[in-house]
Amino acid sequence: MSFELINSTLLRGFGTTCLLFILTLVLSLPLGLLIMFGLKCPVKIVSWLCRIFVWIIRGTPLMLQLFVVFYVPSLLFGIKLFSFTNGTVFEGRFLAALITFVINYACYFSVIFKGGVDNISRGQYEAGKVLGLTKSQIFYKIVLLQVIKTIISPISNEVITLVKDTSLARVISVAEIFFINETEILSKAIVWPLFYIAVFFLLFIGLLTILFNYLEKKLSYFKA
Amino acid sequence: MAYLEIKNFCKKFGEHEVLKGIDLSIEKGEVLSIIGSSGSGKTTLLRCINFLETPNKGVMVLDGETLFNAETDKKIREKDLREKRLNFGLVFQSFNLFPQYSVADNITLAPLLQLKEKCKKDKTLNFAEEKQKIIADAEKLLEKTGLTDKKNEYPCVLSGGQQQRVAIARALALKPKILCFDEPTSALDPELTGEVLKVIRALKGEDRTMIIVTHEMGFAKNVSDSVVFMANGVIEEEGNPKEVFENPKSEKLKAFLAGINNKEGE
Repeated sequence: MSFELINSTLLRGFGTTCLLFILTLVLSLPLGLLIMFGLKCPVKIVSWLCRIFVWIIRGTPLMLQLFVVFYVPSLLFGIKLFSFTNGTVFEGRFLAALITFVINYACYFSVIFKGGVDNISRGQYEAGKVLGLTKSQIFYKIVLLQVIKTIISPISNEVITLVKDTSLARVISVAEIFFINETEILSKAIVWPLFYIAVFFLLFIGLLTILFNYLEKKLSYFKA
Repeated sequence: MAYLEIKNFCKKFGEHEVLKGIDLSIEKGEVLSIIGSSGSGKTTLLRCINFLETPNKGVMVLDGETLFNAETDKKIREKDLREKRLNFGLVFQSFNLFPQYSVADNITLAPLLQLKEKCKKDKTLNFAEEKQKIIADAEKLLEKTGLTDKKNEYPCVLSGGQQQRVAIARALALKPKILCFDEPTSALDPELTGEVLKVIRALKGEDRTMIIVTHEMGFAKNVSDSVVFMANGVIEEEGNPKEVFENPKSEKLKAFLAGINNKEGE
């Protein structure tokens, strides 16, 4: 295999990896916010259900969750939910992986969000109240930016972990970079692209690190 | 009838009775100081007046309008609560400035949000024009509190005394009928209390109605028109400052004042 061919093959896999990463991030952040509201819900049954859900998701391996989402509907219930292919990257197994990642990361994010919100002093809410602000004004105008500032480091950790966790999708044969490498390159006894893959990840995560540093710096003008 | 009239305020937290029937009245332009040891219910009383807590019993009438009646107001709607709160301003012990906003923005945030709501309802209002008025008002308040040169700074670079002065300006920006202070100097280094007390004293010169919970006895004596001494959730003694401080009648007040004098003598 020529370098060009290996390069383009790996890039195809890395494209899937990136797509999985970006879609997971975009969808799991708002879902995490929703679960956070559930965790903080004054209705006890809601908060308990959310806590149990978060416990299950954080307490079981992501790999197991991938298997469950992908295989259980068809093997246990005979529903062929994720077995379709349509020639695009958005085939059944990709969607199964996406759903699993979104749920998994939303749970981690929800706990980080909760920590950030709990960290805001009661005085901030009360100051907003005595100034006649509505609940949503207090959240969006006062609390939110302070929360973002305090959670940006733990979020950056999760996001970087997510980039690498996407490679787990190979266990249900999603054609991400490792799967492609194994089936199309490693199988021909060409080993060096493994190191080449590391470069992809290093560059991508380097970029993310710069982005998060920038955000952190942007918010350094105040102390929450 | 007095400007603000409070009748039989009672507040329980679980089984713990914090306020046991407080009666209080203030005339317009009057300054009332509330003194008492910690745990006596001073802060809870102030929080009830500001609708941060709901009393279990009692009535509050401001300027002839019944703002609260425990009999009928078991659950106050959020919108009404906001309107009722705006009759009062509250300056907190721990300032509670919004860290992500500059000094000027801390002061104008709430008035501008209110203006936006007003403009939505009343299309004849000119937002830009009204906004200029709010900013001009804020400039005046900054001048009054001696913070003009700090208006673009963020709270984290200000001293405690400066932060508290911003908090006072922020409360004044909404033009409350009664301004309340919850131990405004307790979180400050001793050398910084003076600048805050000076601002409050200047407000008295403008005939503002104020309720001040304080541990600064000298200040309470000088600035107030009347003083209330609270102990264990009841008003133990009240009267004009000269009387209360120089001629205390109840044993509890005598002991309280003696304790403070001892501390000051140390």
